[in-house]
Amino acid sequence: MAEVAPATKKPAQVDDKIHTWPHLVRGEFLVTIFVLVVLTLWAMLLDAPLEEPANPTRTPNPSKAPWYFLGLQEMLVYYDPWHAGVVLPTLIIIGLMVIPFIDINPAGNGYYCFKDRKYEILTFFFGFHILWVSMIIIGTFFRGPGWNLFWPWEHWDPHKVAALTNVDLPYLVGFRNQTLSVLFGLFCVVAYFVVGMALFYYWVVRIKGKEFMERWGPVRFGITAFLIVTMLALPVKMFLRLAFNVKYIVATKYINI
Amino acid sequence: MALKDKIEEIKKDIVESHVWKAIFRHGYEDTPRNRVLMVTANVWLHLHPAKVRRHGVRMRFTWCMGGLTFLMFLMTVITGIYLMFYYRPVGEYAFADMQYLEQDMPFGMLMRNMPRWAAHAMVVFVWLHMFRVFLTGSYKPPREFNWIVGVLLLVLTLLLSFTGYLLPWDQLSIWAVPVGSNMARASPLLGHEGPFHEFVGANPIYDARAFLFGGGEIGPHTLLRFYILHCIFIPLVASLLMAVHFWRIRRDGFSGPSL
Repeated sequence: MAEVAPATKKPAQVDDKIHTWPHLVRGEFLVTIFVLVVLTLWAMLLDAPLEEPANPTRTPNPSKAPWYFLGLQEMLVYYDPWHAGVVLPTLIIIGLMVIPFIDINPAGNGYYCFKDRKYEILTFFFGFHILWVSMIIIGTFFRGPGWNLFWPWEHWDPHKVAALTNVDLPYLVGFRNQTLSVLFGLFCVVAYFVVGMALFYYWVVRIKGKEFMERWGPVRFGITAFLIVTMLALPVKMFLRLAFNVKYIVATKYINI
Repeated sequence: MALKDKIEEIKKDIVESHVWKAIFRHGYEDTPRNRVLMVTANVWLHLHPAKVRRHGVRMRFTWCMGGLTFLMFLMTVITGIYLMFYYRPVGEYAFADMQYLEQDMPFGMLMRNMPRWAAHAMVVFVWLHMFRVFLTGSYKPPREFNWIVGVLLLVLTLLLSFTGYLLPWDQLSIWAVPVGSNMARASPLLGHEGPFHEFVGANPIYDARAFLFGGGEIGPHTLLRFYILHCIFIPLVASLLMAVHFWRIRRDGFSGPSL
């Protein structure tokens, strides 16, 4: 019996804790010193920019937002300001906030683990690294006068001619009537979301099983599917713009998508 | 050996002297009890638990990004207060004050660079912090609420940086802001160029952008508004949220698997 006893003990009784003082505090102290030294050296070697005095009558070309907002500015190329500047940032913030509530996978709580959380991590990776960070890199290094695309080594020619041949999707397909164009555009947007969410549903059922979908519930599924399909709409719109010069899917007097 | 004994003797003399005893009441004995007391009896350190999980302290687990974000915040506060002594958020003076600071103040350039780069670093650190917290799944129960607070702090970090960007009042700063203003004026319903604004009656001098900028166009009123947002309002809100954020880490426990 004596040999069996340790095996039946709960593993939680293993004491893996160490004293905060000195172990954690020492680490924090050293890292603080190191980072402050690096920051001070950096501040001594690299000066913050100061250009000419503010002049509201002279617009520089291009005028760029601070680098961390260049992702948003880059989105403005593909969507109208109300969408790229207001709706999408709001959805990004809300989407980040709901993550703990739509992710019901108990695995990987408090440790690194890719295998059990493949799809969660890949989604985050796609949204953060591929979309957000790469848009910042494009905005920082590849956008010149007129917000045209330039290679980093290319001369910023303010007279670069970029053909403005963008047309709305209904026009491209052949619609010339305003009402029909709007209806067709709306149909495309609604169809995109319905098909996207349906595909996501079948994909989840196939990967995770029916049982998971029941546990997940319609509300969680709906929110997740909406956010993911909205997120994927950005590369879709980028592709339509870059490949087919599509300006809007729906163009109305009030709202353009 | 003799030298070592001598040093020990000198040390004893110092530690037992009247002056030393008047300053330090007692020595520090390295006992588990004292280690715990060092944390719990210290107003700054008691933010930590007395004990932490061994693996949670490892650099390759934490990346130290949350703490460093806070450190960068403190740096911007300290160096930012220094700048506030020399800077007037008035259209006529702001740029001249920047030049004075850069060219005539001892260490002025350094003190200008510090909050600038610390703010950039803070944005990078807070993103990496979020990435790390996501990778370790640390937002999972019971820490869901703290993740929400963290997202709010992320937004405030960006807004802090953005409002500070205007203050030098040079071409770079005022022309970075219109990008934000284009968004504000395009807000659905609330912006005068946004969809459906005509139903609310938003116009160029009475809409979301005017609220943000203190007027229909960017100008000295915007400078004052951003200055107050940057130096008082947002740091205040961020500090409150940070208190909640740190408190919840402490309450909910540091993340990590129970062995």
